[in-house]
Order: sequence, then C-alpha cells, then structure tokens
Amino acid sequence: MENVKILERIKAKFPEAVVADQDCCGDLQVTVSNDAFIEVMQFLHDDEQLGFDLLIDILAIDNSARRRKPPRFEVVYVMISMDSFDRLLVKLPVVEGEDVPTVTSIWQAANWAEREVFDMMGIRFAGHPDLRRVLMWDDFEGYPQRKDFPLEGKDFDEKWDPDTIEVL
Amino acid sequence: MIEFWIILIIKTLVVFGVSMLIVAYSTWIERKVLGLVQLRHGPMRVGWHGLLQPLADGVKGFMKEEVIPDNADKPIFIIAPIISIGAALSLLVIIPFGDTVTIMGREITLYLTDLDIGILYVLGISTIGSYGCMLGGWSSGNKYGMIGALRAGAQMISYELPMALAVISVVMVCGTLSLVGIVESQAGLWNIVKQPLAFFLFIICGLAEINRTPFDMPEAEAELACGFNVEYSSMKFALFFMAEYCHMFVFGTMVTTLFLGGWHGPLLPGPVWFFIKTFAVVFFCVWERSTFPRYRYDQVMELGWKVLMPAGLLNIVLTGLWMVIFNI
Amino acid sequence: MAEGKLMTLNMGPHHPSTHGVLRIVLELDGEIIVKATPHVGQLHRGIEKIAENMNYQQVITLTDRLDYTAASLNNFGYCMAVEKLLGIEVPKRAQYIRVIMGELSRLAAHQIWVGTHALDIGAMTLVFYGFRDREMIYDIIEEASGYRLTPTFLRVGGLANDITPDFIKGVREFVKWFPTALAGYHTLLTDNIIWRKRTMDIGTVSAEDAVNFGFTGPSLRGSGVPYDIRKAKPHSSYEDFDFQVPVGDKGDVYDRYLVRMEEMTQSLKIIDQAIENLPEGPVNVDNPWVTNPSLDVVMDDISALIRRFKIQSEGPHDPVGEVYQSVEGSKGELGFYIVGDGNENPYRMKIRSPAFILISALSKILPGHMFSDAIAIVGSIDIVLGEVDR
Repeated sequence: MENVKILERIKAKFPEAVVADQDCCGDLQVTVSNDAFIEVMQFLHDDEQLGFDLLIDILAIDNSARRRKPPRFEVVYVMISMDSFDRLLVKLPVVEGEDVPTVTSIWQAANWAEREVFDMMGIRFAGHPDLRRVLMWDDFEGYPQRKDFPLEGKDFDEKWDPDTIEVL
Repeated sequence: MIEFWIILIIKTLVVFGVSMLIVAYSTWIERKVLGLVQLRHGPMRVGWHGLLQPLADGVKGFMKEEVIPDNADKPIFIIAPIISIGAALSLLVIIPFGDTVTIMGREITLYLTDLDIGILYVLGISTIGSYGCMLGGWSSGNKYGMIGALRAGAQMISYELPMALAVISVVMVCGTLSLVGIVESQAGLWNIVKQPLAFFLFIICGLAEINRTPFDMPEAEAELACGFNVEYSSMKFALFFMAEYCHMFVFGTMVTTLFLGGWHGPLLPGPVWFFIKTFAVVFFCVWERSTFPRYRYDQVMELGWKVLMPAGLLNIVLTGLWMVIFNI
Repeated sequence: MAEGKLMTLNMGPHHPSTHGVLRIVLELDGEIIVKATPHVGQLHRGIEKIAENMNYQQVITLTDRLDYTAASLNNFGYCMAVEKLLGIEVPKRAQYIRVIMGELSRLAAHQIWVGTHALDIGAMTLVFYGFRDREMIYDIIEEASGYRLTPTFLRVGGLANDITPDFIKGVREFVKWFPTALAGYHTLLTDNIIWRKRTMDIGTVSAEDAVNFGFTGPSLRGSGVPYDIRKAKPHSSYEDFDFQVPVGDKGDVYDRYLVRMEEMTQSLKIIDQAIENLPEGPVNVDNPWVTNPSLDVVMDDISALIRRFKIQSEGPHDPVGEVYQSVEGSKGELGFYIVGDGNENPYRMKIRSPAFILISALSKILPGHMFSDAIAIVGSIDIVLGEVDR
C-alpha cells in the first residue's frame, strides 16, 4: 500500500490521534498523540489492510540538546507488514517523567526493545512485565543515551547524583 | 618357584610399560589423526612430528597447580581419579597379546594371566571404572560436573546390558569365558563372520562405555564444558585422561580378542597382528569422533534400551537356534 | 515438579557454546529446562553513544565492530542510511561492488555459523572446513581493502577505492570452488541421522510466533515467512539479480539450518551475477560535499585543496531529518535509525540489532526442551554478541 493510503486509513479511523505526519526519506512517519496511542497501535497490528504484524524496533530520541521546549523525548516504533512489506514509523512525544503504555501485549518483540529504551533513556513503560536494565548492569545509575550523560570524568565507583551529575 | 616369580614380575613390568606407552601414544594418534582430518598438522613442536608430545603433556600434568574447590567433597574428589585409573590398569592383566613363545628354553605365555571368567572380569572391572566418573563429577561441587556424573551413571548402566548380551552370544559360539580360549576358538573363522550383529552391538556399546563421540554424554564439552572432570586439574586430570585412553586401548584389544581373531593372522607373528588390529579399532574411534555429531542424552538412553537391548536378545535367540539346528 | 527442587544452572558468560558472552540462567528439572532468562550486555561498548561524537565517515569503523563476522554488511547498512539522509545515490559500479562485498561477508558469517553450530552439537570437524573457505573470502576482501576481519571498505558516497583485477580473479575462483565445499558440508551434516535427530522438531517456532517475537532474517524464513529485505525492499541494485528466498516450513532448528545452507548457494549466485555484469564507471558519487576531489585537481586548484581539507577533517554534513534504513544482515534485519541535526556527526544513531531481538525470544522457546537442545537452539538462531550488545 502506498504511504498516502496508509495515512488515510489511519486518519479515517483516528482523526484526532494523528498529530503530524512526515515523509522520512521515503518511509511514512506519523506522530501519534498520547491519549489514543495504545488503540492506534492495536489497530495498526490488527487491521486487515494495514496489518503491521512485525515490530522491528523501538528507539527513543533525546531532544534536549537541540530544542529546549518539551516534550523532551520522542519514542519511535518501527514496524513492517508481512503481507505487503510496507514500513511505518510511529512517533510518540514523551514528556520527561511520563510513563509510556507498553505494547508488549501486541508485539512480544517489544519486550526487550522497551527494556533497552528504559535502560538507555530512562523512559518507563507502564505495564511492562519485566522492566529491568538490559545492557547496563542492574545497579547502574543514570541513563547513558541521554544527552546530559557525562562523556568522561565520571568515576563509577563513587556514588553520584543522576540529576545533577555531581559526585555525592 | 623363584623362576615363576621372576618371570611374572618381568612380564608385569613389560605389559605395564608397553601398555602405558601405547596409552600415551594413543593420545598422540588421536591428536594427529584429528589434525589431519581437520586440515591441521596436530602436534608438531615437541620432537619429530610431535612424537615427544605425550611426555611433555605428562610433565605438564605434574607441574600444574592442584586446585581443589572449596565446596568439593575432598576425600572422594581425590579418590575418584584413582578409582578410574586403577580400574583401567587392572584390565590390562588379562589381555592376551599373543600365544605361547619359547625363550631360552622356557615356555612363556604372552599374557599375564588367563582367568577362567576373563570376559566377566572385563565387564565387571570396566563398570567399577565408571564409578570414577560418577564420584568425580558428584564430589567436585560443580553443577556441570553433577550433570555429567548423572549422565555417566545412567549411560554406564544402560550400555552394560546390551554389551553383556553381545558378549554372551560370543561366549555361546566359543563355549568358554576365558579370553585365551575365545581367541583359540577363532583359529579357523573369526567371530566377526559368525556374529556380525554382536560385533556391531559391541562396537556401539563399547563407544558408549568409553565415553567416545557420539556418546560422550558425561563430557560433552559443548554443553557441559567437560562435564564430570570440569573441576579437575594437574595430575588428577591427567589420571582421568590416562584412564580414558587406557579404556580406549582395552576396548581395542577386546574387539580384537572377541571378534577379530586376536593374535591369529598369516605371515606376521601373533603380537604384531594383535597390535595391528587393536590400532585399527583405535583409529576407528578417532575417525568417528571427527565425523559424527553428538547424541542427546535421552536419545542415547532410547537407543540403548529400545534398539540395542532387543537386538542383543534377538541375537542370542538366533545364535541359540543356529546352534541347535546345526548341532554345534 | 515442586518448587525448590529445580536446579539453577548459570550457563555463560564463559561457556564454550554461548558464542561469546551470552549468559543464560537456566532452571532445570533434571535435564528439562523449566525457565530460561537470558542476560546480555557484557560486550556493551556504547557504539551508539560514541557515534554521536564522531563524524559520519569515522562511524563506519564502529559499525565494523557490530557483527564482526560480516563486517561489510554493517558498513553497507550504515552507509546507505547516511546516503539516504543526504539524498545521494552511489554509482552503479559502487552498488555492485557493495553487493559483492556484502554477500561475501554473508558467506563468511554463515561459514562461521555452520562451523560453530555443528561444533555445539558435537561435529567438531566442520568448523575447520568453514574456516578454510572463510580464509579464501578474507583473502579476497584483503585484496580489495587491505584488511581482513574489519575492512571498512565502504564509505559514505561510495567505496574507499576501486577494486583490482586480482579481486575479480579471486572472486571468480571462489565462485567456482565453493559449491564443492558446500557439498562437503551437506555430506557431513544434512543427511546424517544423528544431526537430524538432534535438530528436527527442536526449537520449533510457528510463523505467527516468529513474526510476533520480532524474528527477522534466516530465523524468520525458517518458520516459513518469506521476508527478505533484498527482495521486499530492493536496495543497491538487488533488483538486478536473480535469486530465490529460501523458506522452511516447520520452523525448527533443522529448517533454520537448511535455510542458511540454501542462502549460501543464493549468495554465491548473486556474487556470480554481480561480478560478471560489473558496470564500468566511477565508484564514488560526484558530490562536492561528500567526496574528495582527486589528487591531480588538488595540486592545481586552491579551492579543491580547501574542499579536500574540509572533507577529510569533518566529513559530510547531514541535513536536519530522520531516516531508517535496513539491510538484510547475516542474522536478520540490520537497521540504522539516524537523526541528523545539520552537523558533521549524527545527533542520534540507533542500531536495530537482529540478534538482540532473537535472544529475547529464547526465554519463550527454551522451556520444555532438554539442556542439550538449548545449545542447539542458541546455535541455530546464530547470534554474535558484538551486535547484540553494541
């Protein structure tokens, strides 16, 4: 299905939810509002015509270094349909400290992908069955992929405050 | 009387020395053959084509640090490799290397002793050897070792029976339990022709008994990381290692004795034939190791109880029928 | 089995069959796995974070270290993602050479896989045969790039340099020789009764489950879903080549094994077509913001000298935007999500690692199988921890 038709179909079902859409170098990227997020995702997975049944990846972008205004984070879901091999990027703006509903009930692939986002960006996923750190060790403090994470000079043997990045 | 003892001591020393040399060099054979199969050279550094490698390994075994894990059951941990090597060496006593020869006017038999129940002795003592694996794995306080020990126990018990059944049919044909008697009865026709099924059963069960691929469950280096001997180091490991190759050598001699006519053969003297046949079996063990994947534990059990057991029983029935019909 | 009678077995990170530093905590009832919890991260180097502070050409060396068994494929995915963001298309000759390098890397990765997978199940010889053939591939790659394991041969905007006639000769020799070697692999494994007993009906993943678990690559195709990015979304001239996408039907270890074995034949077919129909022309895109001007021009022209200096020190500047580009890696869909903010380094780079998602499914697949099967299943999904942990 062409990108335009995918967008039309989503918009026909959820006229309010799609906040923005853009062409991401050939792939369709839709920005979804928080309120109807889980319904939109369920629809994308279950709909006969769309049928995005393979969740490729979940990633988060920390925008704090390039624009000051909230929302600080954007969570991007990359998905693909096994019937038509269409690709769709769904973007969800997330304010710092806000929980994102988990999509593990829709795609099991989201389990570790969400754990990684939590590990690297510190975004919590509400309802996730097993939200632990995945790449870093369990008692690691701070979130390495955030833009304010110190690049050097931090001695991890000493306790430090993740907010101010000061050694206690 | 004193002459008897002197001859006995000399024979013991010769048998022990030669056998240990063969055991040491079967490790060299194994590494060399595996190397050649796998497009490598194998040992090349110590001596010509690595011929001194077994000695270097022995020295290394003595020099390495002894490590006994904290949570190991210390006495059993130490005694296990001794059981293993002790049982393996006891088996060398009854191997009939050749017939009687005359040296300096004295008749000398080329075996240490000819037990009336020779083959039962072999089966019994080799089972005791498996206690070494079981106790060693169990006492080392390591989970991998424990799984290895469990597997060793189950596998030994399962494969004793079909092996014994294969031996029984040979005994029926030869009419004796003595190994020398069995060899002598094969002067005309080898048992491999008379008992082909028993031969295959014996080979398969023997491979399982001596823990060779595809039945190397207790070790299974890919999954158990060497299984029962995972915690052993230095000389204790070397003892296990020697016991394993000693078992392989004894397996070769047993196949030769029971099925391949022992020392019988044209032109060459008896012991030469004996060793040629034994090394053919040892080479087979190495060759199949380089070729086959490993069975799974439950599949090994299944093969033992559901295929080899009935086949062994069937073979006994067939042998019996054959003996009755042809009135042998 | 009652609670408390289970044995917890810590498999890895130093275990012969975990292909690196994967750690799986198994709860065993006898030899049956009741619960499996994979732990990763021992090889985490923070490549995504490091990339944020390096320029676009420098990041290529980092991508080599992801799936180090198939380094050129990682370069491939990354370079294409950046080129897509920059909106440039590399010349046809460069595309073909990239395909050759990529498929050679895939073959090298599959050769390691078949060797280690067989070694896990106990067939110890095949690993050496695989390495023998992999040496030939690395000789070819060395001829082109000067490096063996991590060639960094691809560049944003083309290639490091053009290939030599010896490269073409080497590839032709390899294409001629490799089917014989592959037949040898098949002889040792495919019809071997023990191999079949160990792999058939083990680790079965149905097509729906495989899609839901997020499987990609040979593991997904082993379950019967014909998703191959080279066919589904042809990039870099893959549409020019005639090849099939092999699929399995049951989705067990044996099917995944067969799919990968057949994939080697298909890769060889692609290489053969690409090397025979190699177009003439430049190997770098003619774009003043991306490619170096040639040395002859630099010697005469001061503006070209400045340009060369700028490109050498900074590399290309990206436009503001986001891009997702994936290639069919040797383990599955290897994706790069790059956010550009107009600087010389990526604002955010996310690597979609196929094996990371594959490992996450282990906790669902392993329970109910025997301990020995765990090794076979881990081997069959073919993980490289460099790519999992990034």
